[in-house]
Amino acid sequence: MSELGHRPAGAVAGTPVAHESARLHATGTAVYTDDLTATRRDVLTAWPVTSTHAHARVRLDVAPALEVPGVVHVLTADDVPGVNDGGAKGDEPLFPDEAQYHGHALAWVLGETAEAARLGAEAVGVDYEELPSIVTVEEAIAAGSFQGIAPTVRRGDAASALASAPHVFEGVSVVGGQEHFYLETHASFAHVDSEGQVFVESSTQHPSETQEIVAHVLGVPNHRVTVQSLRLGGGFGGKEMQPHGLAAVAALGAVRTGRPVRLRLTRAQDMVMTGKRHPFHATWRAGFDDDGRILGLEATLTSNGGWSLDLSDPVLGRALCHVDNAYWIPDIEVHGRIARTNITSQTAFRGFGGPQGMFVIEDVLGRVAPLLGIDAAELRERNLYRPGQTTPYGMEVRHAERLGAAWSQVLDQAGFARRRDEIAAANAVDPDVKRGLAITPVKFGISFTFTAYNQAGALVHVYRDGSVLVNHGGTELGQGLHTKMLQVAATALGVPLAQVRLAPTRTDKVPNTSATAASSGADLNGAAVKHACDQIIARLRPVAANVLGVDQSEVRFEDGRVHGGDPAASVLFGELAATAYAERVQLFAAGYYRTEGLGWDPATMTGTPFKYFAYGVAASEVEVDGFTGATRLRRVDIVHDVGDSLSPLIDLGQVEGAFMQGVGWLTLEELRWDETDGPGRGRLLTPSASTYKLPSFSELPDELNVHFLERAHEDGAIYGSKAVGEPPLMLAFSVREAIREAVAAFGPAGHSVELAAPSTPEAVFWAIEAAREASRQASPAAPPVTDAASRAAHAGRVSAER
Amino acid sequence: MDIVVTVNGRPRDASGIAASTTALDWLRSLGLIGAKEGCAEGECGACAVLLATPDDDGGTAWTAVNACLMPAAALDGQEVVTAEGLGTPERMHPVQAALAEAGGSQCGYCTPGFACSMAAEFYRARGGADAAASVRTSADGGNGAAAGASEAPAAERFDLHALSGNLCRCTGYRPIRDAALGMEATPGADDPLAERRTRPAPAARATRLAGEGGRFVRPESLDEALALLHVEPDAVPIAGCTDWGVEANLRGRRAPLVVAIDRLPELRAFVEDDAGVDLGAALTLTEIEHRLGGRAPLLAALFPQFASPLIRNRATLGGNLGTASPIGDAPPALLALEARLVLASPDGEREVDLAEYFTGYRETVRRPGELIRTIRIPQPTANLTAFHKVAKRRYDDISSVAVAFAIDLDEERGTVASARIGLGGVAATPIRARATEAALVGREWTEDAVREAASVLGGEGTPMSDHRASAEYRAAMLEQALLRLHRRTVREGVPA
Repeated sequence: MSELGHRPAGAVAGTPVAHESARLHATGTAVYTDDLTATRRDVLTAWPVTSTHAHARVRLDVAPALEVPGVVHVLTADDVPGVNDGGAKGDEPLFPDEAQYHGHALAWVLGETAEAARLGAEAVGVDYEELPSIVTVEEAIAAGSFQGIAPTVRRGDAASALASAPHVFEGVSVVGGQEHFYLETHASFAHVDSEGQVFVESSTQHPSETQEIVAHVLGVPNHRVTVQSLRLGGGFGGKEMQPHGLAAVAALGAVRTGRPVRLRLTRAQDMVMTGKRHPFHATWRAGFDDDGRILGLEATLTSNGGWSLDLSDPVLGRALCHVDNAYWIPDIEVHGRIARTNITSQTAFRGFGGPQGMFVIEDVLGRVAPLLGIDAAELRERNLYRPGQTTPYGMEVRHAERLGAAWSQVLDQAGFARRRDEIAAANAVDPDVKRGLAITPVKFGISFTFTAYNQAGALVHVYRDGSVLVNHGGTELGQGLHTKMLQVAATALGVPLAQVRLAPTRTDKVPNTSATAASSGADLNGAAVKHACDQIIARLRPVAANVLGVDQSEVRFEDGRVHGGDPAASVLFGELAATAYAERVQLFAAGYYRTEGLGWDPATMTGTPFKYFAYGVAASEVEVDGFTGATRLRRVDIVHDVGDSLSPLIDLGQVEGAFMQGVGWLTLEELRWDETDGPGRGRLLTPSASTYKLPSFSELPDELNVHFLERAHEDGAIYGSKAVGEPPLMLAFSVREAIREAVAAFGPAGHSVELAAPSTPEAVFWAIEAAREASRQASPAAPPVTDAASRAAHAGRVSAER
Repeated sequence: MDIVVTVNGRPRDASGIAASTTALDWLRSLGLIGAKEGCAEGECGACAVLLATPDDDGGTAWTAVNACLMPAAALDGQEVVTAEGLGTPERMHPVQAALAEAGGSQCGYCTPGFACSMAAEFYRARGGADAAASVRTSADGGNGAAAGASEAPAAERFDLHALSGNLCRCTGYRPIRDAALGMEATPGADDPLAERRTRPAPAARATRLAGEGGRFVRPESLDEALALLHVEPDAVPIAGCTDWGVEANLRGRRAPLVVAIDRLPELRAFVEDDAGVDLGAALTLTEIEHRLGGRAPLLAALFPQFASPLIRNRATLGGNLGTASPIGDAPPALLALEARLVLASPDGEREVDLAEYFTGYRETVRRPGELIRTIRIPQPTANLTAFHKVAKRRYDDISSVAVAFAIDLDEERGTVASARIGLGGVAATPIRARATEAALVGREWTEDAVREAASVLGGEGTPMSDHRASAEYRAAMLEQALLRLHRRTVREGVPA
């Protein structure tokens, strides 16, 4: 059995191949969960009755709905044979008697058609007894409304460090949430088979947990429920915890009516009902020496968790573990807490709190650089981790030298110094349009901080003709996991890619799986697939030695043939499989993997929560329009550490896609809730593609150069590769910092730019107006204050501390 | 009456659909699951399909449209191609092969829609008028389509804007851009969709559909449409259905009767003479843009900023004025151009000044049963025009504020001879910025004078704060718009 990180010569792993479903995608023939129901006429559709109040006790009158033609049944709490809860924490009643947020599903109507179910849902009478509600994190802080854990990451003595630091700054940094906006909304399709087994097709990233929750809602053991995840039209964390209740509703409907039931959220329902990235609020104090070295940091991070706990605990934990990003902070004390409010229950989203934690330190550095009189790029570079240093929670920053290497490579490839001079020259003569260039690093820990999740299983079948079928516990969200697993199996068995097929993920093939999340899918499942393949190879090796008349040590499995010592002596892999079968050798195997070397104490927030860190550096150049605040991304240079890539085309797609998603989060995507005391309080004001804008072609930089860090082999990970799903999202901080640089060019030297996040054109415009105002203060001869500037000042929206 | 639609070259019976059934739902019910519902409001393009529409040369254009917004009944007698009709996994269409090979798909959910938008642009640029004509010629000469296609001129550059109505959440667009721009293929000799372009598009077919959920009627003439609307004032006239489709999908609105007026010849006239341009109310924005060919600079500036190509391929000026939204993008431009509307009813026609047309929030002088027939734009227009749209996103967003300028500068005197400014997003209706116009006319076009007028402009209207922008930002953007226009003339000079 070969070592996990060792990649054989001529491996299929590492070759650039297209996504395994690319042809199906392009021709419209790839099947997603709800596509299964398109031509069926026997399927009932489930439609939610949703709360129109942020917080209220509710009483339902379902009788009018049953009068609507085509309505078959209305599912309520009375239908639940098991536990009336759709979450993993026991705090999400599936059919609640208290609406906890505007849009909370109170009951589900089953209709012959979507139209009938929709009209039925409209007909259900709901009596609301309104209760006080909390919408914003500020309201929650004022009311002391918190939930879950309140951990602290601490090293040294931050208070003393700040007391003696030559430069101390303090501030508030606020960053908004983010809607996943996977193109495929949540979908479930359930039926009861001939044996009474409940079969649920679900767009879930976590089939085993979906299975478990369906089972407990139905009051049956897990073995009575099978969940299949065909492929997802995007997940990004939004389908890790959120699909469970929806799958349970479909399953309950199928059990109650004996008919197949489909449930597909409309875009508006999906946006109004399901959780999003946590907005974060942070207060901080940071101390620096005269050279700009960080001496100490104190911070309190408060996330808006929404109405239930969901994954807010581990999201907060990861945020605290990433406040340092890539910087050495000797003395540090960071507190975290989770606000409980009457909005959607926030959940996993690519980065899982890491981006919000890193946002704090990047905002601090961006704001204080001008106050220290140090160029922001220089300030960041000086504080990068060096080899031998440890994180605030006590884990060695292994391969810290890669940060410096990537940094230098980006500076070099981007022509950073030259372009910065050119930009300064251009800015000096153009009063209307300013450009900015910034460079930021990423260090991101890989592994689930919930240690039990760091295990995976796989099932590999070799058939007598030598064809291979792979099942594993991970789900395909579009990230290319299945493509990578095919490459792993082909490499481990020494067969061509076309000889391996991958079957959809389902819980009766590989049980007790972890969520496909935390960027861990390829690491964990890849190791499990390889483990299964290695067992089969170990059994085939003696058979081959016998057939080829060589010693076992001389047998090589390559490119679909099995070779002996003599290059001419070989048999087809399929011939060997047939021989092995005839000799009664087992040709299938279950693979298993658990990550070694992890040790995390959540009580003290110390230890080694991660297997390794992924690194990256990005330099971005933006152009800012002084008339409107609109920004344009001109050029981006990225060097990112993916280890020895398992699949370069797939990894490139992950880096670029994550980066652009981060750009959306930081510059464009804005979730707004009704925070007034009016009748719509708590309502999501941006529940659609027309009101919530995610990046389109217009946000794509004119030039985007992505390189993988070289000599980045990762020992102990599958074929030397590294996780890639989440870390590149945080490369987008370079864009926000570049906007800050460009805005600063409208102001005097030393002006600290406070920039709201997301940095929408409006937010940028007010930051420009503040910079211009600072210029006027600095040189009284400048033109008078415009109406816009004075209005801006009065409107109180200038500060990032909104 | 039977409703029959040709889908991927095969006639398909659509009888039995409801008036409210969307083209998307109907296509999917046939098992054509490539088109997806991503947003149900024409914003994401996951439902894009190709529709055979008349081109200007008597042939057919493959036009990408959002299937989620169109009633299936509107397709009666028409021809549709879905991603499945472009190619198969074994035999992909060139655009599909380009997408698949370049890493243009990750989750794949948006990909069929991208393939359709790309295919529309592929045939426009690479099987365009010249290519189609040469196919026609060679086919007439008995050489078959093969020679014609291979003699087609070198591939025109692919216009990336064709894809700006399609959203992808996974790739970040770079591989899709490279797939589109790097594609060297031209339609093959045996490409049936290229061949189809050489023949006329299907004519409109009178359609009557009645069911439990309401009726759909496509009348044969304007008179018939007006008579219907006169008898049934609750009827909803639809053209591109880019607004009504959203109402139906997102807000569950249903009408007892929907009257399709988009193919009525009386509403599709395009007349250009010395007095001005008459634009048929049911011409699509794409058609108008194409036919004007940049001859109305203010409109030429407007069109690329108006929604996405998928929407512009269906949306009409009549619809944009008929819904009378205060944030529609056409009204500010048309106000600045002093457009007039010809309104038709069974009693005859009348002409109103657009400035007098809007009376309140989504209210106008248009009477029940009356239709906008023509938008009349007088010539000549001003020598300095601009359309400033302020929105969160550069492509395909709804305006926070829209400002259209039509200003005549007297170059000799350096003064403002006349000024017309249309505003959107700052009041219950689109408005003219009369006070600002007065503050400009007769004054010198200098920074100081413009700054004074800009401060007047900043006070026009009664902007509100909402999820798109604050009232303060909207007011600031009015002011900045005029400063920006002045700066442009300083940089570029005043256009003649």
